[in-house]
Amino acid sequence: MWARRSDLPLDHDALGRFLPWLIAFMVYLAALALAGMLLLNTMAARWDRGMGDTLTVQIAPADTPEQDALRVRATLGILRSIPGVARAQLIDEGRLMDLLEPWLGPGGATKDLPLPRLIDVELKPGAQVDAAALATRLAAAVPGTAVDDHGVWLERLIRLIRTVEALATAVLLLIGLATAGTVVFTTRTGLSIHHEAIEVLHLIGAQDTYVARQFAGRALAMGLRGGVIGLVFAVPTLLGIGYLAARMQAGLLPDVSLGPQHWAALAGLPLVVAAIAMVTARLTVMRTLARML
Amino acid sequence: MITEGSDCVVRFESVGLRYGLGPEVLQDISFALAPGSFHFLLGASGAGKSTLLKLMYLALKPTRGLISLFGHNMATTSRRQLPALRRRIGVVFQDFRLLHHLSAFDNVALPLRVAGVRENEIRKHVVELLTWVGLKDHVNIRPTILSGGQQQRVAIARAVIARPKLLLADEPTGNVDDRMAMRLMHLFEELNKLGTTIVIATHNETLVRRLGHPRLRLDAGCLDTDTPDQPAAGETAAGAFAAATSGSRAEQSSESAA
Ligand SMILES: Nc1ncnc2c1ncn2[C@@H]1O[C@H](COP(=O)(O)OP(=O)(O)O)[C@@H](O)[C@H]1O
Ligand SMILES: [Mg+2]
Repeated sequence: MWARRSDLPLDHDALGRFLPWLIAFMVYLAALALAGMLLLNTMAARWDRGMGDTLTVQIAPADTPEQDALRVRATLGILRSIPGVARAQLIDEGRLMDLLEPWLGPGGATKDLPLPRLIDVELKPGAQVDAAALATRLAAAVPGTAVDDHGVWLERLIRLIRTVEALATAVLLLIGLATAGTVVFTTRTGLSIHHEAIEVLHLIGAQDTYVARQFAGRALAMGLRGGVIGLVFAVPTLLGIGYLAARMQAGLLPDVSLGPQHWAALAGLPLVVAAIAMVTARLTVMRTLARML
Repeated sequence: MITEGSDCVVRFESVGLRYGLGPEVLQDISFALAPGSFHFLLGASGAGKSTLLKLMYLALKPTRGLISLFGHNMATTSRRQLPALRRRIGVVFQDFRLLHHLSAFDNVALPLRVAGVRENEIRKHVVELLTWVGLKDHVNIRPTILSGGQQQRVAIARAVIARPKLLLADEPTGNVDDRMAMRLMHLFEELNKLGTTIVIATHNETLVRRLGHPRLRLDAGCLDTDTPDQPAAGETAAGAFAAATSGSRAEQSSESAA
């Protein structure tokens, strides 16, 4: 596949020095886009899985704690009688405080503040429970209850994530196209710079593939070199972003860090870029030479 | 397969060539070269010798007429078939056309590499041939540092390394002294003895007279074949050649010893 030696002084022209740095820049950008895409994908999948079969029932606070307890018990009774429900449990006050802390500040939520009671409902996998019907039934028995199936919120969030993902994919495609375009340009220029030598090779009986192999080998080597340089710069950037994100998280964002499979995908970037460069160079040479004598 | 319908190595029928919109540099050229023949191509500077050779090594297409090589009509031969035909042709270009970033060794090795010959075989043959043309000590030198005569010998070595069926040489002895010119001519004659058809464009009338091969003469774009298709490399030439070669070998060893 690669040329063991080159008959053309491809590495010595100015383009040969410029191409790896351009590819390095492309791979750097591609690494950031890909990392973002992978993280969003993981996040979306986790939320999808984690919230798709849960409901939250909210019970408006009554005048006295005794009344509250009664209302909770009645609601739990109804929920537990429904076949599709696996588990229904009151979220205790301590956790409720924790969840509210980011908004109200530490100690902001006190016993004096009338808080709704929340019941966490876990559905059996695949069970279809009509949230609206459930809400009507609960409200009839215990006025002041509301059912939230996270559907609207989750749907919006996931739509947002998918949009950003599509953008990242488009960015990756554009980077691939830009790389291919650059390789087409440098290869064509190389063909005209080395026109004389290539003509001699032809007259000696070289096939187009012989010439193409030399350009493809060069493009592969440069793609790999540039790709590795780009990745070397991308890794500290990604680690830095990860560190900042971890400091900001404070329970708002789910755990966002790149797993081993993500790093493996990133490590594959230079290979993909080098392969794009090699194939593009080969096709360009074959196509250009076919127009010569 | 090589000679379908015709056993001539080269055949021109009413070939004409003009560069761009210029005048016809070659007009109505018709001739045929039998396998194993040896011809000198003569003519004043600008007569069209290089142009005629370019048509033969497929660097140019004729503007009219028919060229066939090894029995293949060039007008109907596809581009993909050309490399195989070109590998049967060895060319010494008038301006050498060596690749300047490659060593003498790599330049001479090119035709073998292009044909996919294994590297260990290449090594042996190339060094042997470079030694024969007196460049034993210049194997790893780039052409840019070599003298004109040395470059010419590298070019000749490159043209003959793959034992072509047809050898075309454009003034191959223009830059060397008479002794080296004679020696290189003997190299061509040895190749000729092995069956290679040879055409040598030259100015050197003394050389032509001494070797006595048939001549093709270009004059104002027209070809005059005063001794057409006469079987070259007759007994006398071959005999003289054997003696000359052994003489040259002795000369070579004394040269490298010096
Ligand atoms: N590439 C070219 N473009 C235009 N005219 C050319 C070209 N090459 C050669 N000629 C013209 O063709 C004629 C024959 O040239 P050439 O074949 O080189 O002659 P010779 O080798 O016998 O000296 C000359 O008049 C020369 O000027
Ligand atoms: Mg000439």
